Amino acid sequence: MDRWRRITAQQRTLPDETVPVVLAQAGRHGPVVYAVSAAAQRRGISEGERIVDVQAIHPDLHVEQADAPGDRKLLDRVAHWARRWCPWTVRDGADGIVMDVTGADHLFGGETAMLRDIGTRFQMQGLTARLAMAPTRGGAQMLARFGAGRVICDTEDLEMCLAPLPVAALRIGADTDRLLQRLGLKTLGALMQVPRVALMRRFDRLAEEINPLVLLDRALGRTADPLNAPADARHWLARVRLPEPVIDPLPHLEALAQDLCVQLAEAEQGARQLRLTIYRVDGEWRSRDVATASASRDPAHLLRLLAGKLDGIDPGFGFDLLTLEALRVEPLALQQDHLEGRRDAQRDVAALLDRLTARLGPDKITWSAWVQSHLPERVEHALPALGHVARQAPVLDRARPLRLLEPPEEIAVLYAVPEGPPARFRWRRVAYLTRRHEGPERIAPEWWRDRPGTRLRDYYKVEVGDGRRFWIYREGILGDGRGGDPRWFMQGIFA
Amino acid sequence: MPPDSPFGQVISLSHKHLVQDVPRPGDAAAPGAAVLRDVLAGGPFDAAPAGFVLAALPDSAAPVLWVSDRMSRRENGRLYGPALAQFGLKGPILRVEVSHPRDVLWAMEEGAGCAGLAAVVGEIHGAPEVLSFTATKRLALRAETAQVPVWLIRSADHGALSAARERWRLSSLPSQMHPDNPQAPGLPQWEAELFRARGRAPGGWSAGYDSSARTAADRLRLVSRSGDGSLAEDHRAAADVAG
Repeated sequence: MDRWRRITAQQRTLPDETVPVVLAQAGRHGPVVYAVSAAAQRRGISEGERIVDVQAIHPDLHVEQADAPGDRKLLDRVAHWARRWCPWTVRDGADGIVMDVTGADHLFGGETAMLRDIGTRFQMQGLTARLAMAPTRGGAQMLARFGAGRVICDTEDLEMCLAPLPVAALRIGADTDRLLQRLGLKTLGALMQVPRVALMRRFDRLAEEINPLVLLDRALGRTADPLNAPADARHWLARVRLPEPVIDPLPHLEALAQDLCVQLAEAEQGARQLRLTIYRVDGEWRSRDVATASASRDPAHLLRLLAGKLDGIDPGFGFDLLTLEALRVEPLALQQDHLEGRRDAQRDVAALLDRLTARLGPDKITWSAWVQSHLPERVEHALPALGHVARQAPVLDRARPLRLLEPPEEIAVLYAVPEGPPARFRWRRVAYLTRRHEGPERIAPEWWRDRPGTRLRDYYKVEVGDGRRFWIYREGILGDGRGGDPRWFMQGIFA
Repeated sequence: MPPDSPFGQVISLSHKHLVQDVPRPGDAAAPGAAVLRDVLAGGPFDAAPAGFVLAALPDSAAPVLWVSDRMSRRENGRLYGPALAQFGLKGPILRVEVSHPRDVLWAMEEGAGCAGLAAVVGEIHGAPEVLSFTATKRLALRAETAQVPVWLIRSADHGALSAARERWRLSSLPSQMHPDNPQAPGLPQWEAELFRARGRAPGGWSAGYDSSARTAADRLRLVSRSGDGSLAEDHRAAADVAG
């Protein structure tokens, strides 16, 4: 819900605070409520209800589409961000994060201060968080979801804290929950009073993750429940520390590139994006990024790419630390070179792309992509060569000029048969007499893209006295009701 | 050159002859004869040089590096992709569109050292300072080392010094007769003048291009110009620019 509010606030005005908003998700019998706003919660709308039912009760309900995969992705990132407090964090279900803060709380001034810090920082991110801290993972999960506000409970009073919670807090599934309710076991405290043997016999068929006895044991710390946090992404980093500051990074680059390439080769990875950072003595840092067209761990190639980027880097009074980091890597298997010393043409072209892009910029080096359109200037558009592959050109059966003027240049037609080809025209201050012509080829405006009132074009291929062939068009025809006299434009030159 | 016949004399039929049958002492065995060639435009706003270069490119599916500076794009227009298929180009075009001729030369040098390319074509408008004899010499040496044909299209340049192994001057001629419509322009024809060459005799031809020819070798045709001076003069007079 918070994420939806933030994204929507950037695009349009949010509905008023008093209007209940729910996010809908496809359910088994039509859409169901996925998340509710504060106003909707006050009206008693809860998650899992059917949208049609809720709409019938609350006609002023505002329904939006939910984005569950996006939420999951955000939560993964937030879980990673939460490693600022402790080294082990893991996403819990679709809406929770479990953090193992053992031994980390004193760094933030105790448990209370740490919990306050976590709450504040989540609030700064615009996220609502319900926090709880307990000696066991299960206990903390239950307290955060079903407890009253921020709770910190110790090992001694764990049982006392958990006792008033409903049995649903164990997350044992609807069937078991209903069974326990029928047996009169409504709270965890009541469940704890029941002899273990009876519970064990009753629930011995249930799987571990929904078995109330196992879950209760875990929550009370009777069985071990370790946190299995995903490992940090590996950083591919090479660094050079210098005894005293220097101005020129070039002599140290080779060692850096060698070091990084050895690291990459051990893991059979190749770099797609690199960042060179210099740390200046005055505390500033400067960095340069380069990207490669295909994964590479050739130190000489990386060196050439980086060497071209050093011109604009400002060393200030010198720097004493250089790092070279591979920001993005791709698997690159070990490869046998050709025995006869032949060079791989494709790898040559990829290396050329890298060098050109590193020096001239990605938007200058392009492949062409093609669009289905009759308007000549819309057929072709440029794609950065880095990150795209070349595409086959379309085969046109119409004559098209080899060179296209962008934008078309207006020409003055000195004499023209109405609705016919120009007999003479003036372009770039030179007058031409047409000898031969072909056309017209009529191209209508694309009504689904152009503004209303765009005029059609009649294209002529004309040949002037000295043999040059031009592609000119007349925009509109006389009396088409879309403007005054038609205008003429020069758009292309034929070979 | 052999003496002309009254019908003109056909000296070579294909661009293969252009690039391969160049009798050059020393490197007669070199395949593809990857050298630097200059193509000068005979007049302004003429697409004949680009057409001639495209027609003479080797028959390969490897990409072609096409580098152009801002002025040549503005003066002569951008190369238009959909028209390239008419010239029998099989490989894709890798465009490098920069603003300064210095960057054009740098990109061409990088490309000339890359054996994975079919050819490198550069376009420079005018005669800028950086396009000196030394720059062309560097390009020529690179091209010969890496065996990549390099073409340099110089528009609005009237023969500044160059180390290119062949120097051509191209301008448009009135097109051939259209088979169906006498009013319409037909297949293109260019006046190709090889005014400086190493290892072959200079000459002037009228070059024709026929995209419907079956083999790539037959598409570009060079026919020597008629030897009759007075006819040639008439022709020139007829082709004057009105106004």
